[in-house]
Amino acid sequence: MKKTITLTLNGDARSVDVETTETLLAVLRNKLGVKSPKCGCDQGECGACTVLLNGKSVRSCLIFSVEVDGQEVVTLEGLSHNGPTPLQQAFIDRSAFQCGYCAPGVILSATELLTVNPHPTQTEVQEAIAGNLCRCTGYESLIEAILAASRE
Amino acid sequence: MAVAREFEYFRPETLEHSISLLGEYGENARVLAGGTDMALKIKQGVETPKAVVDIKGISELERLESTDNGLHLGALVTFSQVMASGLVAANFPLLRDAAATVGSVGIRNRATLVGSLCSAVPSLDIGPALLVHEAVVLTRSAGGTRKTGINKWFTGPKQCALEPGELVTGIVVPLPPGKAGGCYVKRGRYAGKDPAQAGVGILAMEKNDYRVAFCAVGPVAKRAPSIETCLHGQELTDPLIKAAQALVPQEISPITDIRASKAYRTLIIKVMLERGLKTAVSRLKGKPSAHGAIWI
Ligand SMILES: Cc1cc2nc3c(=O)[nH]c(=O)nc-3n(C[C@H](O)[C@H](O)[C@H](O)COP(=O)(O)OP(=O)(O)OC[C@H]3O[C@@H](n4cnc5c(N)ncnc54)[C@H](O)[C@@H]3O)c2cc1C
Repeated sequence: MKKTITLTLNGDARSVDVETTETLLAVLRNKLGVKSPKCGCDQGECGACTVLLNGKSVRSCLIFSVEVDGQEVVTLEGLSHNGPTPLQQAFIDRSAFQCGYCAPGVILSATELLTVNPHPTQTEVQEAIAGNLCRCTGYESLIEAILAASRE
Repeated sequence: MAVAREFEYFRPETLEHSISLLGEYGENARVLAGGTDMALKIKQGVETPKAVVDIKGISELERLESTDNGLHLGALVTFSQVMASGLVAANFPLLRDAAATVGSVGIRNRATLVGSLCSAVPSLDIGPALLVHEAVVLTRSAGGTRKTGINKWFTGPKQCALEPGELVTGIVVPLPPGKAGGCYVKRGRYAGKDPAQAGVGILAMEKNDYRVAFCAVGPVAKRAPSIETCLHGQELTDPLIKAAQALVPQEISPITDIRASKAYRTLIIKVMLERGLKTAVSRLKGKPSAHGAIWI
């Protein structure tokens, strides 16, 4: 069943025709041209599809796009209107990612963390990104980059 | 990406409207809260509703407040909100500790406690905490409202006392009668982000009164009455713990599944019972033992 939804996507008002069955992830990637959220497991486990919905990290694969009508979605693309954020810069400076598949999700989860808790402990960092699976780094470089950004 | 079967989407703004939709569509309607279970089931074709009734527009279901009967948690209250609530931290730390073991931030930001109760999987982490607090589930349908004690809520694996056309409006969690110390012990394959292989919730109260509940070691999350009777009125000592552990097999009926074997669950739950009891009692006595769930 078709529906038209309106949302604020990375600061811009957007309107889009969707099927009720389409997930937010599918609509972002296939209809709104936003490619940073990835379809990893498609079951909420891996965190590659993470976006911020009204400021909170959520799994866009477990949300139907019709649910976000009238709401605010931020993806990785929305963080860097004025160049990389200090958090992103900390990752770049340390080459903290390898393949990059998990990167958008990790950055968004860490962005949420640093917003509510600007000076987290290592344990708090680990907890914040525990739902973002990374198969390259062993996590150490990710945790270091987030802690470094929090010290700046 | 998985594609769901067609459905009509409703976002009512009042309880009355949501209940009339549930009545109108009957068997073909499904309630959608955080969607962490339901969206997946629809995508996988396990659920094929004609009408999806999203309750997130009903603001009265967002209540998280203290009432004369205890803590009221509306149907839209998420695990993240429970973790962040000062009210919960001050009076129901066991609820907060158990909530913190559920999935990861991105799940807890969306998943509701009521959704977890309605999915009613045997491993639900919030089950033991709500059982030992003797929570009450509030439901409403066209026929009126109903209250169900949590001990009667879980009727089988993934089955609960929710009736057709009914919506859960919230949960009421009574304050324990006096001082209490709580502990949730979770065994997962790794610390976090995994359903429990076994779980134990304990509430130790004054006059050596104890409440004990299990999850993931039987078809439903449940209290352990014979263990509570054995402990009742007695100081917690090693021989008493041994006696309680000996009763564990008659209180549980674990299965072997992808996460753990029946033998393993039977063994580990006894260890968890001991650690949970000792921690709950030390918290009752105000020892500065750190709060938080115990992962083993
Ligand atoms: C990756 C992942 C990890 C997880 N890890 C854990 C874990 O470690 N521990 C744990 O305990 N759980 C875990 N879960 C399960 C999670 O806790 C539940 O999925 C969640 O609590 C369900 O709540 P929801 O709001 O998302 O419900 P929904 O998915 O919206 O609904 C779940 C069910 O409840 C019904 N329902 C919801 N609200 C109402 C209502 N008000 N009235 C009537 N029916 C209603 C729906 O129709 C549906 O049948 C995990 C889930 C995922 C996806």
